[in-house]
Amino acid sequence: MELIEAIILAVLAASTPLLLAATGELVTERSGVLNLGVEGMMIVGAACGFGGAWLTGSIFIGALFGIVAGVLMSLVFALMALGLAVNQVATGLALTILGIGLSGLIGAGFVGERITPAVHLYIPGLTDMPLIGRVLFGEDAFVYFSIALIIGVWWFLYRTRAGLILRACGDNHVSAHALGYPVLRIRTFAVMFGGACAGLAGAYLPLAYTPFFIPGMTAGRGWIALALVVFSSWRPGRLVVGAYLFGAVTILQLHAQGWGVGIPSQFMSALPYLATVIVLVLLSRARTGGSTAPAALGTVFVPDR
Amino acid sequence: MQAHQRMLDSTPNGLHSGESPLLQTLGLTKRYGDFLANDSIDIDIWPKEIHALLGENGAGKSTLVKAIYGLIQPSAGEIRWQGQPIVLSGPSEARSRGIGMVFQHFSLFDNLTVAENVALGLDGRESFKDMSARLEQVSKTYGLPLDPRREVWQLSVGERQRIEIVRALMQDPKFLILDEPTAVLTPQEADQLFIVLERLKAEGRAILYISHKLEEVKRLCDTATILRGGKKVDTCNPRLETAASLARMMVGGEIKEVKAAAGRKTTVPRLVVNDLSLAPSEAHGVRLEHISFELKGGEILGIAGVAGNGQDELFAALSGERLSKDPGTVVIEGIAAGHLSITQRRKLGAAFVPEERLGHGTAPRMKLSENALLTGHAASGMVHHGFIDTAATLKTVDRATETFDVRKAKRDPEAASLSGGNLQKFIVGREILRNPAVLVVSQPTWGVDAGAAAVIRQALLDLASAGAAVLVTSQDLDELAEIADRIAVMFHGHLSAPLATADATREKLGLLMGGSSLEPKEAAHAVGA
Repeated sequence: MELIEAIILAVLAASTPLLLAATGELVTERSGVLNLGVEGMMIVGAACGFGGAWLTGSIFIGALFGIVAGVLMSLVFALMALGLAVNQVATGLALTILGIGLSGLIGAGFVGERITPAVHLYIPGLTDMPLIGRVLFGEDAFVYFSIALIIGVWWFLYRTRAGLILRACGDNHVSAHALGYPVLRIRTFAVMFGGACAGLAGAYLPLAYTPFFIPGMTAGRGWIALALVVFSSWRPGRLVVGAYLFGAVTILQLHAQGWGVGIPSQFMSALPYLATVIVLVLLSRARTGGSTAPAALGTVFVPDR
Repeated sequence: MQAHQRMLDSTPNGLHSGESPLLQTLGLTKRYGDFLANDSIDIDIWPKEIHALLGENGAGKSTLVKAIYGLIQPSAGEIRWQGQPIVLSGPSEARSRGIGMVFQHFSLFDNLTVAENVALGLDGRESFKDMSARLEQVSKTYGLPLDPRREVWQLSVGERQRIEIVRALMQDPKFLILDEPTAVLTPQEADQLFIVLERLKAEGRAILYISHKLEEVKRLCDTATILRGGKKVDTCNPRLETAASLARMMVGGEIKEVKAAAGRKTTVPRLVVNDLSLAPSEAHGVRLEHISFELKGGEILGIAGVAGNGQDELFAALSGERLSKDPGTVVIEGIAAGHLSITQRRKLGAAFVPEERLGHGTAPRMKLSENALLTGHAASGMVHHGFIDTAATLKTVDRATETFDVRKAKRDPEAASLSGGNLQKFIVGREILRNPAVLVVSQPTWGVDAGAAAVIRQALLDLASAGAAVLVTSQDLDELAEIADRIAVMFHGHLSAPLATADATREKLGLLMGGSSLEPKEAAHAVGA
């Protein structure tokens, strides 16, 4: 019992940064922009988030620092890819390289420092319930926020007019422009939202996952988030499945290695990727038709005036 | 004011005294760098009027309506709405004033539903539910049936246009702009559209109708304004003009008549397609279903049909861009070629001109000589032992330039720097100069000015006279009637049996384009889809 509970808790903790970053990227890509700089925005968010928390002693302010850092990074991307119509792939890759360098610089003074990590919810009675108590009522604020956020994004995309307009920009920017929608402004907001989410996802790592900062601590999570968006065929529901599945297999294979299963550890380490790809491919095979990717994804738009 | 005076004279019934026009442009000018897209254009549009805007590609029609719809800001001049000068900040302001627009290249979103597409064209003041209810009501009232829940990619071109029209009508516009609405319709669908337009006119609305189909304009429109080279040439009553006189005003001179050489003889079959079926390569592609035809030397076969019924797929299968498992499905010069690559087919004597000039027919940023090499490397002696014979490539450019009157700024410019008509002349010329036994050409005069179109059509006729087999895919029925010996129709990946051009009336072709067969029983209740 104790073990199962511990595993579920670890799964949630491992999945939350993926879910946060992927939620932001999903919105960005739905508007038709491919920002490959998630990893870079995350790692800068991690450095600034830790710095903010270490300086002020407040996890909340740390998280805000992380968000602001992610937004600033995404604005660099928006200026290049949207304002100057530079190739989005190249700009995104450059943003990641910039972010890794920048985070090392920002975080240099914090390496080796520790903070008190984010507190977990405690409701007497509820949290003490066996098995599900701590899973449902004993998480930190990031976990609850990430779930609320993806539900909010789903509602925004499919139930609001603004969400419809954003999807329209991602499907056909020429048409959206012809109907009088400010394509570049809408995309800039979407990119900024993606930056905010990536920054928060990065900040989660030193603020809640491990209470210290080390350079390169995002360890490729930004890339996994990007892949999750693609394999979820840009749908919020599938994104949740993919993110938690990836987290789950990551934790389970660690435990399995600990139990001494006779399978090479390299193969076990590859399992999360394999399992996520297989499940999401099976899910998307049941699609109804139409193209799954936003049709204008990654294409440059320059309005004629 | 002179223009206004002319209007009074030329408008039927000579009404309008004392009123002001619904919409007026005064000296409207739009400048792109040194280029004057619109040069001081005056136009008056009155209620209850269908006003044609005529002109060749590049005459400035699109620029003018974009300015009227608020998509671009004029560099100089004024727009007046019901007598008051206005400055439009954007399309949503135009819409709120009562100006609606139906675009030529539809402004639709393929992966959204019909209702969502309509909602995006409105200002969002009503709830989605109310809007959907109103959508059904408007589509019923005007006889434009639509299922609001379907996604656009599932719909035919005619249905897509209905969405555009219903979307515009839901704003209850006083003034509606239609940009080449019949370019993509079957003749029957066009007739249905005209009924809707007449009804809108009777309701007191004004319509600006952009077209270059002169017969249509004569039939439908009360007034016509003709543009040429960014300037207004004249405003007239099209019913008092002939198609020839309108064409003269559009082009600014006589158009050479295309003539087929007398006594063209057909020889042996040079291109044979046997029961060709091919699965689509893209998500929304069309499956080719059991296509068979035989094309002899000296003959031109036309393939008509609404765009997106498998013409692109057929072109890819014939050119070798897509291979067929069974070599016998495509036979070129008596040799089974279904499994052969595009280069191997060229070596057999075939040549191909795709629909899209930039990006498919030519590499836009490469020089013409390099583009000549791209299709001529295999069979035209431009490559020796793996090395490019630059002189030979340049010579090809010069010959194409001379023979087909390609106008360009220098000897060997980039493909993208040529105008559409001149580039098309170059591409067709490049292939014809290789003396092909078989020429497959798709939309040879799409978006090409009338002068260049005449040159290209004549070249195709001459090529057939010289003994080649020519396959022309076109959406322009007039063009096919002019040059083809037989016409077949593509619908949903099927190819009809070819009709002799003399028998191929617009009605028959229209029925086939809408998916009906020519059996009398079915033809009685079959129109468009």
